[in-house]
Amino acid sequence: MLNVVTAELRKLRRPTLFLGTMGAVVFFSGLFSSLLYLLIDSPQGNADRGQVISREVLSLASGGVQGFASVGGFLGIIALCVFAAQTAQEYTYGTLRNLLVRQPSRMKILAGKLISMMIFALVMIVLSAIVSIGSSVILAPTVDVSTDLWFSTAGIEFIYTTFVNVTISVVGFGVIGMVLGLLLRSPISAISFGVLWLLIVENLLVAVKSSTQSWLPGSQLTIIASGGSADVTYLHALATGGAYVILGSLVASILFVRRDVAN
Amino acid sequence: MTNTAISVSDLSKKYEDRLAVSHINFEVPLGTVCGFVGPNGSGKTTTMRMLLGLITPTTGQGHILGEPIEHPEKYLSRVGAMIEGPAFYPALSGYENLMVLAKLGGFPIERVQQLLDKVGLEDRGKSKFKTYSLGMKQRLGIAAALLPEPQLLMLDEPTNGLDPEGIQEVRALLRDLANGGTTVFVSSHLLSELEIISDYIVMLRKGEIVFAGPIGELMAQQQPTIIAKSLKKSDLKRIVKIAKEAGHHAVIRDESVHILADMKWAAVLNEAAFDAGITLAQLAPQLPNLEETFFEMTGDK
Repeated sequence: MLNVVTAELRKLRRPTLFLGTMGAVVFFSGLFSSLLYLLIDSPQGNADRGQVISREVLSLASGGVQGFASVGGFLGIIALCVFAAQTAQEYTYGTLRNLLVRQPSRMKILAGKLISMMIFALVMIVLSAIVSIGSSVILAPTVDVSTDLWFSTAGIEFIYTTFVNVTISVVGFGVIGMVLGLLLRSPISAISFGVLWLLIVENLLVAVKSSTQSWLPGSQLTIIASGGSADVTYLHALATGGAYVILGSLVASILFVRRDVAN
Repeated sequence: MTNTAISVSDLSKKYEDRLAVSHINFEVPLGTVCGFVGPNGSGKTTTMRMLLGLITPTTGQGHILGEPIEHPEKYLSRVGAMIEGPAFYPALSGYENLMVLAKLGGFPIERVQQLLDKVGLEDRGKSKFKTYSLGMKQRLGIAAALLPEPQLLMLDEPTNGLDPEGIQEVRALLRDLANGGTTVFVSSHLLSELEIISDYIVMLRKGEIVFAGPIGELMAQQQPTIIAKSLKKSDLKRIVKIAKEAGHHAVIRDESVHILADMKWAAVLNEAAFDAGITLAQLAPQLPNLEETFFEMTGDK
């Protein structure tokens, strides 16, 4: 298993993928967090879907991680793309046969791939946390938001909880990407399907019928990152999102283990 | 300890209503070079994939190095393979690609540079795979197959895209490996190359075995040809007539007469031609080569 993980990490650390992804994480984490402060007085709101997060809310112990929590869904999309591409490319390049000749246990290949991509995702999340919280600390005083409670005992606990929630969410998105990669066997198809579903189809469904927010997979994972929402509790999102991820993983694993490698 | 590297019995693979490989049986002894030949679509790659555990047979059994093919984990650490061309990550260098496989298989990483040197990629190991020529990609594929210091090497078209010098190097490499005890199971369209290096031949046509055994046995089964050339071109038809009167099949090809007959009959022809006033410029026996045998047996020409 460790051999598979180290082999996969060699692929993931290539500069174009690693630096490109981390660059996007730094940019968007900084952007999402900065907008919370830069648009604090905007009538269109300063958060996702026109929500307003006021100075009072940002001054609470949980204020320091508001930006980090809001970027969680976006990190999930990045994870979905990376996990989907890294899995599906083995089919398009024909490299899966090389992997299986060197490691015939297909479950070990799958588990090793997942662990290595989770490590990659963890680096992404840590970087995002540093940039989000760092930019919040820098920008808060400029718009009269107090940071006194951010690093209190309660504030540290919020940072820890948000980090765990974002990690669960990002890994969930990543696993969905991996499942799509295994099912569709093409990076372009897997990424297109995943991103279109999460960014367009789910948003349209929620706009047409808001109660679907409680059941759609992408919504559940985004809500997990935020620690729950006004309409959906954290536990409901965790249970529903977890069920999607487990079911998808089960189907994809069975297919991967049983399917002939004929390309 | 078994003395066969590969043995398959009644092995078949069916895709929906198409039988890609049909109840094949053959054995490849340890330490030999075995050529695996057949027209495109004859089932060679499907067979190799079944032997490597990549696809599940519909029926039949197979053993690799004494282990059943249902358990590839028992033998693949001793097998090197390149199936259906070299497949690597385009954005990684040749060195990095081999490192991925070395890490995966738990092989010593020093072997990576040694193998790059061995296949002549020492100067291009750090270049990205996507910048490689077809010949360089083939060389990298062979290097990857050699990573485990295999007891059995399975190569699918290893000389594809190589220049004549590269083909010669691969031929020498495979022969060296066989001399060192490695069994080499190789498919190639270059039958003249296989004829030089192979001890055994497995011939497939439409998913069925046409021949499997020592190459010498295959060639011995073939009827030799007598090639006769007359001083005057106009006498060629008269030579054909003499051969046909004696009950032998004869045709004019490339300004000479090709007669399917036993070597001993060459003396009879010489005498008959002399009696008929025909001066022969050439009278020589010729054994069919592997390519001619292949076309004759597979009926593919």
